[in-house]
Amino acid sequence: MSEKTERTSGFSKFINNNNTVGYIFAFPFIFGFICFSLIPIVTSFYYSFTDYSMGSKSVTYVGFKNFIQLFSDDVFIKSLGVTLKYVLLSVPLKLAFALLVAYVLTRKSGMVTLYRSLYYVPSLVGGSVAVALVWKQLFARKGLINVVLADMGLKTVNWFGDQKLALYPLILMTVWQFGSSMIIFAAGLKEIPTTYYEAARIDGANGRQTFTNITLPCLSPIILYNLVMQTIQAFMSFTQAFVITQGGPNNGTLLYALNVYNQAFKYNHMGYACAMSWFMLVIMSLITLIIFKSSKFWVFQEGGED
Amino acid sequence: MTMKVKNNSKKVIYHVLVITLGFFMIYPVLWMISGSFKDNSEILRGSLSLIPKELKPENYSTGWKGFAGISFATFFLNSFFITAIATLGTVISSSLVAYAFARVKFKGKKLWFTCMLATMMLPGQVIMIPSFLIWYKLGLSDSYVPLILPHFCGQAFFIYQMMQFMKGIPRELDEAATIDGCSKYTIYTNIILPLLKPSLVTTVIIQFYWKWDDYMGPLLYLSKPESYTASLAIKMFADSASKTDYGAMFAMSALSLIPVFLIFLVFNRYLVEGIGTSGLKG
Repeated sequence: MSEKTERTSGFSKFINNNNTVGYIFAFPFIFGFICFSLIPIVTSFYYSFTDYSMGSKSVTYVGFKNFIQLFSDDVFIKSLGVTLKYVLLSVPLKLAFALLVAYVLTRKSGMVTLYRSLYYVPSLVGGSVAVALVWKQLFARKGLINVVLADMGLKTVNWFGDQKLALYPLILMTVWQFGSSMIIFAAGLKEIPTTYYEAARIDGANGRQTFTNITLPCLSPIILYNLVMQTIQAFMSFTQAFVITQGGPNNGTLLYALNVYNQAFKYNHMGYACAMSWFMLVIMSLITLIIFKSSKFWVFQEGGED
Repeated sequence: MTMKVKNNSKKVIYHVLVITLGFFMIYPVLWMISGSFKDNSEILRGSLSLIPKELKPENYSTGWKGFAGISFATFFLNSFFITAIATLGTVISSSLVAYAFARVKFKGKKLWFTCMLATMMLPGQVIMIPSFLIWYKLGLSDSYVPLILPHFCGQAFFIYQMMQFMKGIPRELDEAATIDGCSKYTIYTNIILPLLKPSLVTTVIIQFYWKWDDYMGPLLYLSKPESYTASLAIKMFADSASKTDYGAMFAMSALSLIPVFLIFLVFNRYLVEGIGTSGLKG
């Protein structure tokens, strides 16, 4: 194909135009964004101001009623509290474990890859129904955890029978899946120049000083990333609570997503459930914003100081 | 000399500690696998042992029979079908979109790219209900379409990951190809796509995991038992029988994890590097 024929053909010119090429390649996303994100978001926003339920012929506009109702809904307030407790306990613990294990596994040893795989296994399978069912059995009344407690001469605990305790096995399960954060930390640790550590050793810094003064600051952007992603993920946690406790006892493990699901698909309060999802979006955006704003004070920017 | 002994004993302690903790980490998984060979009563007693008192491989045949006259062969085939098509869709569409964002200058690119970043941060639950209602109105809410079709529209996470990878492919290659008479289309198929392979493999693995383990999607969209996926069927299996057969349930759970483990063993290196460099959740 010579340049001349290409220039003369209008279609060829059109099809090879950058705008045409761009939109042809980006088409799947644009189509999907409009159909599977934008339209549902707008619909959800509209429904949150209505009393819509599936099968009903008429949809009545109810103004802010759904949003006002949230604050007098005891189940909602309890579920919000349970979710905040779940997020505030599970995310920091998960990240601490991930960082600790990643740090311990930076030693140069042929076994490290194998070890990392071993610690990654829970993340690999943790989201599955299969593992959730195992967890339910481990913490059952006569389950393995209680057998161990009894063997040690301690009192057995009715984990899923007590609304104050039922959340802890779920938190533990989330923390247990620290593998993917660990791998992200491990990749970050590899990027820290060894010269920093050598300089510290020459200056006579001990292990802890090296960790707090070199490792943590260098890793802070990655900590920020993991913190944001894990927080968002924790707020959306659903399968565990749905499979293991169904939100009980007495709504002690009613995580936000489960509550939304119940309102929408169990009670058919679609409008109310949409309002709840929007409220969650606002809370999550606020928390993400706070994390980003606070990062100024604890995330180390290279070249920012000295 | 003493220094060396001290160093060696330190090393031994390190390895013993790491392995012990690692054992506790995978204990629940091992316990499930051993449970799949145990008698019901032994599981319910909360036995710590990983070696069954009496071996009961018939858990697998009992479990395989499934429920409502539908065997697990159907459920696993359903899972494979949905996962395979959705993964294929994700890889093809995401690489196309990533190419547009990373290599082509077009009007409105910035806007669409911002939209993509926004969908990455958007919690799926906000669009869960309206999406369901839309599919319901289209009469497709009880089918595989809602579980599969969105995957052919690119997944923001993977688009972003592939864009990061494409940044590492020298632009000189594109320029040289243009001089040799390649169009933007043939540059994608002949240059970018072959070089993108590691990133494509990571995408396949992670998307496979997500889709295979997905519970909420099938829970919302599949109501007929014959169209259930394995994860949905296992949960139903646990609920349906008046007295749950734990041995059989664990047997099917263990089977459902086999594809995940196989892929992990084969592609371990790709996965660890992929998550590490792109910061993806695995």
